[in-house]
Amino acid sequence: MAEERLVYMDHAATTPTDPDVVRAMSPYLTENFGNPSSLYRIAREAREAVELARQKVAAAIGADPAEIYFTSGGTEADNWAIKGVAFANRRKGSHIVTSAIEHHAVLHPCQWLEKQGFPVTYLPVDADGLVNPGDLEKAITDETILVSIMAANNEIGTIQPIAELGRIARERGIYFHTDAVQAIGAVPIDVRAMPIDLLSLSAHKFYGPKGTGALFIRKGVRIDNLLHGGGQERKRRASTENVAGIVGLGRAIERATTDIPGRTARIRALRDRLASGILSTIPHTRLNGHPELRLPNNVNISFRFVEGESMLLLLDSYGVAASTGSACTSGSLEPSHVLMAIGLPHEIAHGSLRLTLGEENTDADVDYVLSVLPKVVSRLREMSPLYHQYREEEKHVQQ
Amino acid sequence: MYSSKVMDHFMNPRNVGVMENPDGVGEVGNPVCGDIMKIFIRVEENRIVDAKFMTFGCGAAIASSSMATELIKGKTLEEAWEVSNAAVAEALEGLPPVKMHCSVLAEEGIHKAINDYRTKKGLEPWPEERGAHHALHTGEAEEP
Repeated sequence: MAEERLVYMDHAATTPTDPDVVRAMSPYLTENFGNPSSLYRIAREAREAVELARQKVAAAIGADPAEIYFTSGGTEADNWAIKGVAFANRRKGSHIVTSAIEHHAVLHPCQWLEKQGFPVTYLPVDADGLVNPGDLEKAITDETILVSIMAANNEIGTIQPIAELGRIARERGIYFHTDAVQAIGAVPIDVRAMPIDLLSLSAHKFYGPKGTGALFIRKGVRIDNLLHGGGQERKRRASTENVAGIVGLGRAIERATTDIPGRTARIRALRDRLASGILSTIPHTRLNGHPELRLPNNVNISFRFVEGESMLLLLDSYGVAASTGSACTSGSLEPSHVLMAIGLPHEIAHGSLRLTLGEENTDADVDYVLSVLPKVVSRLREMSPLYHQYREEEKHVQQ
Repeated sequence: MYSSKVMDHFMNPRNVGVMENPDGVGEVGNPVCGDIMKIFIRVEENRIVDAKFMTFGCGAAIASSSMATELIKGKTLEEAWEVSNAAVAEALEGLPPVKMHCSVLAEEGIHKAINDYRTKKGLEPWPEERGAHHALHTGEAEEP
């Protein structure tokens, strides 16, 4: 039953680096290897490449190049935004508001800050995963210094009303940060038009290299440094620049944000066919996340009576790469905090499957997943005592 | 992350299915934890002549159930009682630390099935270490 075929549907985890991006990066790993802080020619070329990439990142989100700071990825950008704002604005207050469904790169810094004496409010979400702006209004106090709400959720794909949430923060003079790691290239973002003060992004989510990201910091935002050392990034982020990675980020974000509706239309159609195909052919399933306000590539479905990791293993045997919110893959024993926050019972959360499509997926890939997934689910259900029990109960009801 | 033995027992589970009129049944785990194991045994002259299982759970849980039923088949009840979680894990050529609780579940399932048989026969159940699996989910054993 092992197939040679690989159908990669885990683009929310990471994407392949686009060959064009790799070509753009390559000279900065070889002949133009200079340290951008040095003075000679190959260093100047590296410096120029970094600044050109900065312009591209800025243009992609409507920022000024001077507002873009390169980081080692989304996690560093999130940590910097949250810890940096918290410590720099202590005199004003110490309260932070975020949501219950943030990525751990936001939640864990917040939890760490709580131990340092910064109270944090974790806003609940509704059954579709949306933050209610009214809840944010109620949570804000005179002590609030930062609101951090993700632009789009990595697990269930729900897109938050960040313009509205940002406006609530701005009207009260509170900084608004958004983790846009999943949203770049999927949702148009313009920090000029939207009340966003800080924004995190990561190259490897949109066909750029791993290990490179950026933090947008609006001019005038008070923020402490996270990394201390050399004077790179205008003395705000020490560490020799990852020149090739930064060049790759620049090229990738330019690609990803050119004609977002056009680029995502095909993937959106595949997503809808995949989701409706699963929901209509496999009983006892439900779509997790908002039905419309969701990332164009995200399908997250719970299958009753089966557990996610065993689904992933069987799918892998068919060459399909996917993801789950079940505890059994995360190294913890609790299912995903996101699935818990939208109110799923534990056993339903354990049976979740996330399929995230990408540019290289085809109609044939969708057909293939739709052909193997019912086999995978029914095979696991056949050995599931929960399913057996359900069927016995059904028999009794019918009699 | 899994040994080839675990993958073999996951992909080709032995003794899977419901046993009609079993002599003993042990159901352990719960849906909240994400794993439920049900072990059925048939006993003749104090010996387990057949065993089957039904499992809701991860790859390690299914492989542990499969291996546990293999290990107890043909054994006397006393011998089967001594099949420990470590023995199940060892027979599977090891389990990742975070998955050891699956083998604990298997051991508890065997004990429950044996005691179910003993109770039905009017015999005193043997003392079980209750809740070891539950403790793994809630206690300090959680972080390997």
